[in-house]
Amino acid sequence: MAWLRYIGRWLDARLKVSESILPMLTHPIPRGAAGPMGWWYIFGSASLTLLIVQILTGIGLALVYVPSGGEAYESLLSLDYEQPLGWFLRALHYYAGSGMMVMVLLHMTQVFLHGAYKYPRELTWVVGVMLLLCTLGMFFTGQVLRWDPDAYWGLAVGGSMAGRVPLIGPWVVDLLLGGPIIGANTLSRFFTLHVFIIPGALLGLLAVHLWLVLKCGISSPPAPGEKVDPNTYHAEYEKELEKGVPFLGEAMIKDALVSALAVIVVVIIAALVGPKGPSGPPDPTLSGANPRPEWPFLWLFGLLSLSPPAAETFIMLVFPLLMIGALFAVPFVSNRGERAPSRRPVAVLSVILIATLLGILTYQGATSPWSPVMTAWSGDPVPVRIVEQSTPLELQGALVFQYKNCRNCHALDGVGGMKGPDLTAVGTRLTPGQLIDQVSNGTPGGGNMPAYGKQISPAEMTALVEFLTSLRPAGQPAARDAAAPALHGKSQ
Amino acid sequence: MSEISSDSPDPPENLTRRTFSQRLLLGITAVVGLLATVAFAIPFVGYLLGAARKIPVRWVNLGPIDDEKFPKDQTRLVTFDNPLGEKWDGMTAHTGVYVRNLGKDRGNRDQFRIFAVNCAHLGCPVSWFPQSGLFMCPCHGGVYYENGERASGPPPRGLFECVWRVRAGSLEVQAPHFPTLHNTLKDEG
Repeated sequence: MAWLRYIGRWLDARLKVSESILPMLTHPIPRGAAGPMGWWYIFGSASLTLLIVQILTGIGLALVYVPSGGEAYESLLSLDYEQPLGWFLRALHYYAGSGMMVMVLLHMTQVFLHGAYKYPRELTWVVGVMLLLCTLGMFFTGQVLRWDPDAYWGLAVGGSMAGRVPLIGPWVVDLLLGGPIIGANTLSRFFTLHVFIIPGALLGLLAVHLWLVLKCGISSPPAPGEKVDPNTYHAEYEKELEKGVPFLGEAMIKDALVSALAVIVVVIIAALVGPKGPSGPPDPTLSGANPRPEWPFLWLFGLLSLSPPAAETFIMLVFPLLMIGALFAVPFVSNRGERAPSRRPVAVLSVILIATLLGILTYQGATSPWSPVMTAWSGDPVPVRIVEQSTPLELQGALVFQYKNCRNCHALDGVGGMKGPDLTAVGTRLTPGQLIDQVSNGTPGGGNMPAYGKQISPAEMTALVEFLTSLRPAGQPAARDAAAPALHGKSQ
Repeated sequence: MSEISSDSPDPPENLTRRTFSQRLLLGITAVVGLLATVAFAIPFVGYLLGAARKIPVRWVNLGPIDDEKFPKDQTRLVTFDNPLGEKWDGMTAHTGVYVRNLGKDRGNRDQFRIFAVNCAHLGCPVSWFPQSGLFMCPCHGGVYYENGERASGPPPRGLFECVWRVRAGSLEVQAPHFPTLHNTLKDEG
């Protein structure tokens, strides 16, 4: 063993690790952060661990993946089906990336709830927000590398959004797509972003983030009444560190345990669920496109789709910048004072509100009821229950309903498109006159329903309205005009 | 004469040969450094912006004008490989356009209307439904009439129209770039 110690001393005499990096790693941190409250501190290190998994699996995938418009798809199939364990590496890269995203968000929420971003750790938060943006950027560009119809049409959506930028829109689109069409140059561009540019930025920012953690120190767990005051903070923190514990040691055991568990969880999920996609060849002439962004963006997709068209350009181009600006502003808006969540109701309520909103919008984005079902008119028959007792004219109307593609947006018995209302009981809501008006003119002012006036013959209209009027639950009367003569019941 | 030692700062007015040469070197380094930066940055940035170069005009032959390929008053999807791309685009170069034969005008010339497949809302591919005479978009439910006019939904305008011409009895279309709101496929002024 003496020779080992000799090599160690020889190296240290040159590298000077024991007088530079070692003191950094053994510097004291608040005792509270190593106690039971330390379980709150594990998300950052778990993010870092999963990042390392991402780097390793990413390098592994790059050994086989071909970033060429013409060959990327085949190389993905080769990874999935031919390359030994290629399927597993692809799956792990996806689920460890998702796990990293989750950990980054939890880390950020914890730092926010515990007021750890306050003086003197404002810059740590700001750099952390940049790291969040890098992580989101990795997710977005990574989806493009999957080079399937979702990637292709996702680029079309992204390009169309960029094209709305005033004045320089067309120029931005060309830079984004790398040329006049979505193709090989676009893929090369997103490969460069995913493999060189964003990881470079991410690792550089991560170095700054960790440097700040070392230099500003880990914040102690918040206690009600212990207010942050920039004038006295450092003296109080120094005092706390006198009975602190070393960074490298006891305090890190929880981090190590959770990081190891996180790796095991993503490995199990990857092994059980397998790789995601590619969903099909990237041939833009194949029908059936309905691109959906990756899950961290579903909330924005949902918000965009549920907003009126007049607000869309704002939500696409300005709203994300406002959100990012608000995140950057957090430590400057609230820089001092209480850190304990129990004394910061607004902070706690904000987290609950934002989490609820993001959750609902993500659900909406995942189900996307605003998308027509393009195959419903021919693929989903009219439920037999509805037409069992129908007259020939009503049956003819049911055919018109299907044939004129109404079903793509209007469900019957919950089957079909959800863009417009389900028409299973429309006969109780609209009179024949109102139905004719609605079908002929669509939504007034060019809303959600097209005007079918010129798309349908008078005979077809008669049959259709007859069918729609018959769509009523058993025993329910048809809708009637309030100005029409009163119904005469049997009791009179 | 004042004594000058190597570790005392020189008074500014008392320029010795050494400090003069040092400053000269600093000045030359600054100028050369600036030149080096410019010499590198101009071509480098120029290269990066090369993606936004002017789009060439390329004509694509869609085939001879006959009733089988382009029946009158009907809309047909015609596919081809977009010549605006690269050789290594693979199947992503596959492009479709919707061609509608409007029949002959008074001068007995064939008239057409050709639309890009991309929805004017967010670029998704619209499908043509001859039964209802409507284009429908699968993404957010944008709908267009057979003449490309917006019928309903979120699109801010009608479908993007392509430039076409007839050469030697064949219909030709100008290869469409990816159309966006401020960069359409033909002069719409």
